[in-house]
Amino acid sequence: MNRLRYWAAMPAMLLMLLQTSLAHAESLDQKVNAIFASSTGWFVNLIFAPLPGTSFPWIVLWLVVGASVFTLYFGFVQFRAVRHSISLVKGDYSDPKDAGEVSHFQALTTALSGTVGLGNIAGVAVAVGIGGAGATFWMILAGLLGMASKFTECTLGVKYRNEYKDGTVSGGPMYYISKGFAERGLPGGKFLAALFAVFCILGAFGGGNMFQSNQAHAQISSVMGSYPGWITGVIFALIVFMVIVGGIKSIARVTEKVVPLMAFLYVGAALVILIINADKIFWAFGQIFEGAFTGLGVAGGLVGALIQGFKRAAFSNEAGVGSAAIAHSAVKTNEPVTEGLVSLLEPFIDTVVICTMTALVIIITGQLLVDANTGLYVIEAGRIVTADGSSGVALTSAAFGSAISWFPYLLVVAVILFAFSTMISWSYYGLKAWTYLFGEGKNAELAFKLLFCGFVVVGAAADLGPVIDFSDAAIFAMAVVNITGLYFLMPIVKREMNSYFKRLKSGEIKKFK
Amino acid sequence: MSNTLVVGLDGSPAGERALAYTKRLAGLIGDCKIEVVFVIEWSPYSFQTPEENASRQKARSAAIKAANERIIDPAINALTSEGFQAEGRVLHGKVAHLLNSVALETNAEQIIVARSTESGLSARVFGSVTANLVMSSTVPVTVVN
Repeated sequence: MNRLRYWAAMPAMLLMLLQTSLAHAESLDQKVNAIFASSTGWFVNLIFAPLPGTSFPWIVLWLVVGASVFTLYFGFVQFRAVRHSISLVKGDYSDPKDAGEVSHFQALTTALSGTVGLGNIAGVAVAVGIGGAGATFWMILAGLLGMASKFTECTLGVKYRNEYKDGTVSGGPMYYISKGFAERGLPGGKFLAALFAVFCILGAFGGGNMFQSNQAHAQISSVMGSYPGWITGVIFALIVFMVIVGGIKSIARVTEKVVPLMAFLYVGAALVILIINADKIFWAFGQIFEGAFTGLGVAGGLVGALIQGFKRAAFSNEAGVGSAAIAHSAVKTNEPVTEGLVSLLEPFIDTVVICTMTALVIIITGQLLVDANTGLYVIEAGRIVTADGSSGVALTSAAFGSAISWFPYLLVVAVILFAFSTMISWSYYGLKAWTYLFGEGKNAELAFKLLFCGFVVVGAAADLGPVIDFSDAAIFAMAVVNITGLYFLMPIVKREMNSYFKRLKSGEIKKFK
Repeated sequence: MSNTLVVGLDGSPAGERALAYTKRLAGLIGDCKIEVVFVIEWSPYSFQTPEENASRQKARSAAIKAANERIIDPAINALTSEGFQAEGRVLHGKVAHLLNSVALETNAEQIIVARSTESGLSARVFGSVTANLVMSSTVPVTVVN
């Protein structure tokens, strides 16, 4: 009888134990969140400080001005050279003798796997959730202008890369700022390069890591039910650990191959939803244009929509941030400009195509609530009220799920893979910055990799707000240093570009196909 | 003008049989040069990690060195010691396309390959290397069993 009572009491005891551990787990999440928010607040405030007398963050102006200056300085290279860029990606100008080396296509897709991620799915939802449909217009504009920033930094990335005797290559802003400044006789190159490396490490921990694990957890728990974020964090951290510390490259290789398929599925699903709702497409574009110039009632009006659009576009396509220059520098070419021309396709694919798809699906499926009397968005606590009260990746999931009921499950897989591939790419970018500062060596590299895995857990356990703020601040801090460097080095890029186009026109540079 | 025969090797026993047949053919022809080719299957449109890209040149050099040491050099040494005129090369890309390109470049009489040993889904869907070569080649192809 006693034994029977014991067994009867077991489920109740287990339930109590589970409840206690979950309560502890929740409080662990809260503790992580509180520590994280308080320790990063000053950095976030500095980066997003408004211009005096306005609510306009200076960093957004910095990005807009940078992208516009490069667009004008290089004579709208992103529009006049697109056909040639596509030819380069196809390999029309690649010497067959270089077969087996890193092709333009490979450099582009590797860089894209670092940028196409949760910025395209969750970041866009954040942008339209705060800035309304109008944010999409500014996002597209930022993507188009950002193509010139990407061209500038990736040309320099190849020109000033380090090619070591053992055949390995290292490149990126750290190298082109220090070498380029020295070549032009400018002071402060080494200091700026080191500063960039510091921010790149923070960016790797922020946007390249915590934001990804945070939003991956959000999507998993929105489908599977709520549970503590640190659990997702620990699982993710273990897999990342296996790849970057354990050297199990097969996981990364499989991810790299599956991610493009997921991107096609994602864009394909978005296209299907747009075709189903074809009658609303003109209305959606109407909302985008009207919202861009009036705000349609969002906090901050036109400026509010513009800020969100530019912020999320920069976060997604990383134009001007300098990270892509690290990825593109491995390409095999004797003409640095060719890689710049290839890289300018990146913001187009990432922002103008994929981000716009996400935004259109959210708008067309009616996720953003509009007041029927005024035609303006319903605002609560600075955010647009959504159909089911969701934000971030859950909003995108709800939008796709409203048209294709099973899509949120596929989105979980896509989100996990996107998050994972972005983390792997950024662990490499961060490591390059780390070794630039601390030198190459097993212990130094291991220290970075362990820290990186630790931040995966922090990101999944913390709230979206502080994680997004820190991720943005870290990524934009990279852009501050990188764009400063680009201003001083852009005459070198112009010289290279003019020489290349002149030789292309004269027939000196020939097609191989 | 001497004749040229192109032989594709893949390091397998079947490749050895292709080489043996080439020697017999070259002996019958007389004034003949043998071009030994080893192709490392590679596509410029594959997806890679940043780390793989950064060490690609190193990996490529190592693969070419290994192929030369293990396949091309022993084959060339064996051919020249038997009095044949022979040259070898290691290339990256699509096997069928590259063997045909080498044949065109050297003005070869024919290409000699072994029957493909590959199996599985991709061979069923896209066809084997040998089948692709036979279908696309612009010079005569001999497939050795």
